[in-house]
Amino acid sequence: MRLPPRTVQTLMKTLLWALTGFTLLILVFIILDISIKGLPQVTFGFLVHEPQDMGRHGGILSTIVATAYITLLAIVLAVPFGVGTAIYLTEYTREGWTTRIIRFGAECLAGVPSIILGLFGFVLFVMKLGFGWSVLSGALTLGIMVLPIIIRTSEEAIKAVPQEYRQVCFSLGMSQWQTVTRIVLPAALPGITTGIMLSVGRSLGETAVLLFTAGAALRTPVTMFDSGRTMAVHFYILAREGLSMPNAYGTAAVLVISILAINLAAYTMMQRLMKKYS
Amino acid sequence: MQPGKFIERVLFLLALSSISSLALITIFIFLEGGPLIYFAGLKNFLASSHWAPTKGHFGILAMIVSSLLVTLGAMVIGIPLGLSCAIVLAEFSPTRLKLVLKPTLELLAGIPSVVYGFLGVVWLVPLIRDYLGGPGLSLLAAAIILGIMILPTIISISIDALSAVPALYRDGSIALGATQWQTVRRVVLPAASSGIMTAIILGMGRAVGETMAVIMVAGNALKLPASILDPVRTLTSNIALELGYAAGRHREALFATGIVLFVIIMILNLCATLVTRRR
Repeated sequence: MRLPPRTVQTLMKTLLWALTGFTLLILVFIILDISIKGLPQVTFGFLVHEPQDMGRHGGILSTIVATAYITLLAIVLAVPFGVGTAIYLTEYTREGWTTRIIRFGAECLAGVPSIILGLFGFVLFVMKLGFGWSVLSGALTLGIMVLPIIIRTSEEAIKAVPQEYRQVCFSLGMSQWQTVTRIVLPAALPGITTGIMLSVGRSLGETAVLLFTAGAALRTPVTMFDSGRTMAVHFYILAREGLSMPNAYGTAAVLVISILAINLAAYTMMQRLMKKYS
Repeated sequence: MQPGKFIERVLFLLALSSISSLALITIFIFLEGGPLIYFAGLKNFLASSHWAPTKGHFGILAMIVSSLLVTLGAMVIGIPLGLSCAIVLAEFSPTRLKLVLKPTLELLAGIPSVVYGFLGVVWLVPLIRDYLGGPGLSLLAAAIILGIMILPTIISISIDALSAVPALYRDGSIALGATQWQTVRRVVLPAASSGIMTAIILGMGRAVGETMAVIMVAGNALKLPASILDPVRTLTSNIALELGYAAGRHREALFATGIVLFVIIMILNLCATLVTRRR
């Protein structure tokens, strides 16, 4: 039996809307659950006190410090390589097999699962180079993880700078490097910043990589060779060992809210840029 | 040397080192894990489920099967939900709703996998244990959590693929008297199919490679699952669970597990690239 097309359409639309509603409901539930159970835990004291008794009591200060330390170092290490690659791809070479290989490599790197990166960082930085479980090992591995994000966003940002800018520079007798550093990069800076913010967001939530490269020591790391436990790793250990549900929810709330805030800021910036250039 | 030439060399070196990190990863994983596959024999490694690395048994068949089943389950849940969302947002919803919901869904991609795993343990596992039986920590739980986790990936790429279909196609179809749904099914979806395939493959890659969420909800038992309510251990969770204390051959075996995972992911990446290129 064939149903009339209009009936089929009504049925299908109802089904699709129902599934969409269901999906949104799940996602709203995730945010609400974390906020309702987590936010009441997040007091000023929670943020500025050290964890006590393996994290059963006290706050999360040392994990916030470790997260900031590792993330910043990772970004500082990744930006020169990422932006340099993007400049090379867009300004210094023509499309050809070199660019194709570099782009394909970056795409593959983006697809490498974090546990593989963790294995790699563990064998190279922790064992072979002897950095041990440390902020440095964690940051180096994390830097490789965010490299593809920085390359891709910087490339887009540099490409979006109008060609006329460059032509004017050349006609004024500026060298290519002067053009890139004085005109193109400043114009592309907001886009590059967006990429850096997305990388920070990705780093904050990363667990598998850091568990095996930065370790899980609860002390506040001082030198680059100290082990450090990031918020995400702390949250994982609290939840897995069942140490403290309220503290686990509190940490999750801080983690999720900071990631969402950073991603939202990056997104808003990107929208504004797209309006400017289109 | 001219300064311009010098700068070009430096930039080229930066680009080269960025990419060589991928080569380094490949080399190190294969160097560390390869000897074990040779030592244990490829057949014993891939076709046996006996994993007792401290006693010289290195079979990872059960984990390969579990990884594939969990991924398959995640796709069964993620594809219908994700595609429905994408179709509704791209084709049926008012523009203003789309403008709000698309970024919201994309922001959700930022929620860390540990948080998904945690909520799975708190909410989903007890539900499965109480209503369906079994220990709750199971293949089913892992598949559902991963299915939800890959939604933002599938939705966002599919919406882009659907939006890229020219409006002329839709107008032509509607003008011929087709309903909106017929247009979507017969014209828009086929036209966007390669983009949607890319979305699905990338979602699959994310599901195969996911570690933390799976460790928390899958139960991590070392056997071939007989039902979807059985606890399972995937390739990723095997590495993460044992790397902390493994040494010698045992550690090599974990890198060998990594090789298998790496090969699966690279095949998926290659498929994604081929599908995109066909467009």
